[in-house]
Amino acid sequence: MFTPKVFTVFLCLLLGLAFQTAWAMDLSQLMQVLAQNKGGKTTFVERKYVAMLDEPVESSGELRFDPPYRLERRTLKPRTETVVLEKETLTLSQGKSSRTVNLMEYPELGVLIESIRATLAGDQRTLERYYQVNLSGTLTAWQLVLTPKNTQATKLVKLIRLIGQRSLVSRVDVELTDGDMSVMTIAKPQVIP
Amino acid sequence: MKSRWIGLIACLVLSLGCALIALRTSFIADMSAFLPRTPTAEQQVLVDQLRDGVASRLLIIGLTHQADDVIALATLSKKLALHLRKDAAFLTVANGESVTTERDQTLLFENRYLLSPNITAQRFTVEALHAAFKESIAALGMSSGLFTKQLLLRDPTAETLFLTEQMIPQHQPRIKHGVWFGKTANRAVLVVQTRAAGSDLDSQQAAIEAVKAAFRELNADGKVSMQLSGPGLFAVNARANIQTEVTRLSTIASVVLISLLLLVYRSPRMVILGLLPVISGTLAGIAAVSLGFGSVHGMTLGFGITLIGEAVDYAIYLFVQHKPGSDLAAPEQRFWPTIRLGVLTSICGFASLLFSGFTGLAQLGLFSIAGLVVAASVARWVLPGLIPRNFQVNHLYKTGEQLQRGFKGLYKGRGLSAVMAVSAMLYLGFHHSDLWHHELKALSPVPLSAQELDTFLRADVAAPDVRYLVVVRALDQEAALQAAEQVSAVLESLVQEGSLAGFESVSRYLPSQLTQQQRQLSLPQANILQENIARASKDLPLQAEKLKGFVLDVQKAKTAPLVIPTDLEGSAIGAAVQSLLVKQQGAYTALFPLRAADQGNTAYVIQEQVIRQALNSLQSVKPLLIDLKTQSDALYKHYLQEAIVLSLIGVAAIVGLIWTVLKSFKRMVRVIAAPLASVVIVAAGLHLLGIKMSLLHLIGLQLIVAIGSNYSLFFDQASDKSALDRQMLVSLLLANITTVIGFGLLAFSSVPVLNAFGITVGPGAFLSLLLAASFNGKAASNSSLTFPKTAL
Repeated sequence: MFTPKVFTVFLCLLLGLAFQTAWAMDLSQLMQVLAQNKGGKTTFVERKYVAMLDEPVESSGELRFDPPYRLERRTLKPRTETVVLEKETLTLSQGKSSRTVNLMEYPELGVLIESIRATLAGDQRTLERYYQVNLSGTLTAWQLVLTPKNTQATKLVKLIRLIGQRSLVSRVDVELTDGDMSVMTIAKPQVIP
Repeated sequence: MKSRWIGLIACLVLSLGCALIALRTSFIADMSAFLPRTPTAEQQVLVDQLRDGVASRLLIIGLTHQADDVIALATLSKKLALHLRKDAAFLTVANGESVTTERDQTLLFENRYLLSPNITAQRFTVEALHAAFKESIAALGMSSGLFTKQLLLRDPTAETLFLTEQMIPQHQPRIKHGVWFGKTANRAVLVVQTRAAGSDLDSQQAAIEAVKAAFRELNADGKVSMQLSGPGLFAVNARANIQTEVTRLSTIASVVLISLLLLVYRSPRMVILGLLPVISGTLAGIAAVSLGFGSVHGMTLGFGITLIGEAVDYAIYLFVQHKPGSDLAAPEQRFWPTIRLGVLTSICGFASLLFSGFTGLAQLGLFSIAGLVVAASVARWVLPGLIPRNFQVNHLYKTGEQLQRGFKGLYKGRGLSAVMAVSAMLYLGFHHSDLWHHELKALSPVPLSAQELDTFLRADVAAPDVRYLVVVRALDQEAALQAAEQVSAVLESLVQEGSLAGFESVSRYLPSQLTQQQRQLSLPQANILQENIARASKDLPLQAEKLKGFVLDVQKAKTAPLVIPTDLEGSAIGAAVQSLLVKQQGAYTALFPLRAADQGNTAYVIQEQVIRQALNSLQSVKPLLIDLKTQSDALYKHYLQEAIVLSLIGVAAIVGLIWTVLKSFKRMVRVIAAPLASVVIVAAGLHLLGIKMSLLHLIGLQLIVAIGSNYSLFFDQASDKSALDRQMLVSLLLANITTVIGFGLLAFSSVPVLNAFGITVGPGAFLSLLLAASFNGKAASNSSLTFPKTAL
């Protein structure tokens, strides 16, 4: 029964599978790699391209991730502002005022921050809960396109594109429905002991 | 014979009349009976706040899940809030979801140039616009910049943002899954404000029912349980509670008394006759209070039960001592003077309460006086004619003998009684500083468990426990709003210098018409604004022509109709205005709840002196700073002091009366010694049990004197005429037992008001009899000489 022909077909199938993993990869594989993320601190620069302005608005600051639930974005320029996402609580601090809300109370902001956190945490369930997920590229150079499912968010946010290498995220693009967009580049993080 | 029918008919007609009045009486159970009849300005604020203030309209809802499923709780909280927000009975429903609705956002955006305190002519100069544009561009760089950018072109000075931030409450419970959760448990919490005033009990009840119905509907699987708390709920429950408890306890008291009297009289007819004074007395009491005060408080009604125990005594004295074939006048004559003196004594005690500035006490006084006078009159003029000639209680011979022996023993042990009384007095002297409860809430008809739940839930939601208030009054709305602006300016400066953490003010939400007009005048003309914009945006990446919307909006605002309260209907802003600017009796009152520096676990106390001084600068609007807690405690302290003085006057009147009638200082002292000793022992006992006495305990103590002196008088009269026989002893004991039952039952009530009466008078009455026997029982102990055994 186990003819050489059958064997050859079987071998080809195996090889085919192996090739597929090398070239393209499965979302769960990327997620597994990302889940290894130890967290850490890094810096970012963000440029917002807004039609009403003649030049992009640049802001910069620090990002800090404590896996799997806490992401802090501290903008230092042009103004100081801290946004902390911890579990589903979002804390916004600007100057003296600080307020804590539920993530989904600000769905537009929520989808932006959650996209980074869930990706860094390798949290496939959350990603798939909030976004239509589209993965392309290889493990060493992947690109994740997220389309929000929340209707309030989709009114404004067209898509979020995360670009990364293995467990690192190096760039986050946000495209808005009105054509405006922002590009955030993230430096390589230092692991905090 | 005719006269007996006349008496009976008169009694029935009177009772019927009283019953009719009683039926039409409204019964109340809120704190209003505890409020002064002629309040000061500060007290008036306290009264209004207790009745209709924001705090009085809050209903706190707690939701817990049997398996601590917080997601299920959050979902239910949102659904419940959604449901209640549709109900017009609720002004606001807060559960941690966005307080500002879309409607609020629209209101703020569209009226920003009238509402924003930043609007002055300086706001639109080239320099100011330049700074504002720069700021707005920088705001685009913030995390949410992409979503607020739309505002830049219409509102580059960011008035909407400023106004929105003002609306956000500074202290909120923690948020889980989008809704508020308590600090301590997995309890979702909601805070609901009813439209109806806290004192409108029927509407409060309807609102509570609406919450319960919505909850039942949404909690189909029954896994979530709901806890409710709030002043309105308390008042509604207290009303229902007192009514059911009064019914229940008076039913029990009646059944027990009737059984007891059946055992003694062995005649149903006599039992019914014996209840005549009780029923007519109680009805007369209710009718008198109803006519005198317009309504009867539950507390007064509860007090009525105790009257059953007392009023039944008159019939007992009469019946037990009745001898067959004797002249009807004879038995009365033997003890009637004693009863008359007893009734007068009680009236003396209660009459002083009539002068109390405290409605609750005055009601009690009137109730008791009317009740006792009618009960005694019925016993005196109606009952004797109705007793069958051959009626006699003659099966209690043994009991009488045992009693005699018992009382003899008590008389022998009088030294011990004296020692007890003296030690109790010393004990009280030693603990005199912490005998009394000093807070108004001691009088609250709310059970302790509910008070605890309330404290717990309040801590959970950080609900306003509005303690410090500044208040200004004005004749019309505009004047009130203008005054509010002046007060706000002063308070704001206090916040700036750190003397105050914060405050709420209606002017934050609705400026006066004058201020709005001034803002309109300060808005620049289109051409000037355009020129300024062009110059301000020169070195910025913002093109001036893109800001046409801004110019247009400013021009529109210049002639826009001014914002008035009706424009704000149905928004969170409107709700805030409604609770901070109150129309009362044709006048407007603006309220400014203050927040003392930093909220920790301890109650922060405000720097009253500093604030008062700052407010003094506003002589024209006369703002009042009120510490509601101090006010209410002071009010209660005043009541307590007043009640103590009135009680002492009452006791003095009793002493004077007894002295006058007995014409002997020594006998007066002997008569009064037993009840006073009981008062002292009961008070000491309560303290030993860890109970702090409230005003109601005090009234109970006074009642001990009023009732207890009756027993002493019987003993005294007996020694006077050497006529204390066994029947007398039996009737005394029986009278005492009925009183102790009447009051004692109240001690088991969960309503604090009723409980306080029960726990003092029940034991006190019993002690009074024992001590009366002990101190005055000489006659009882050697009465075997004076009365032939055939008498029993």
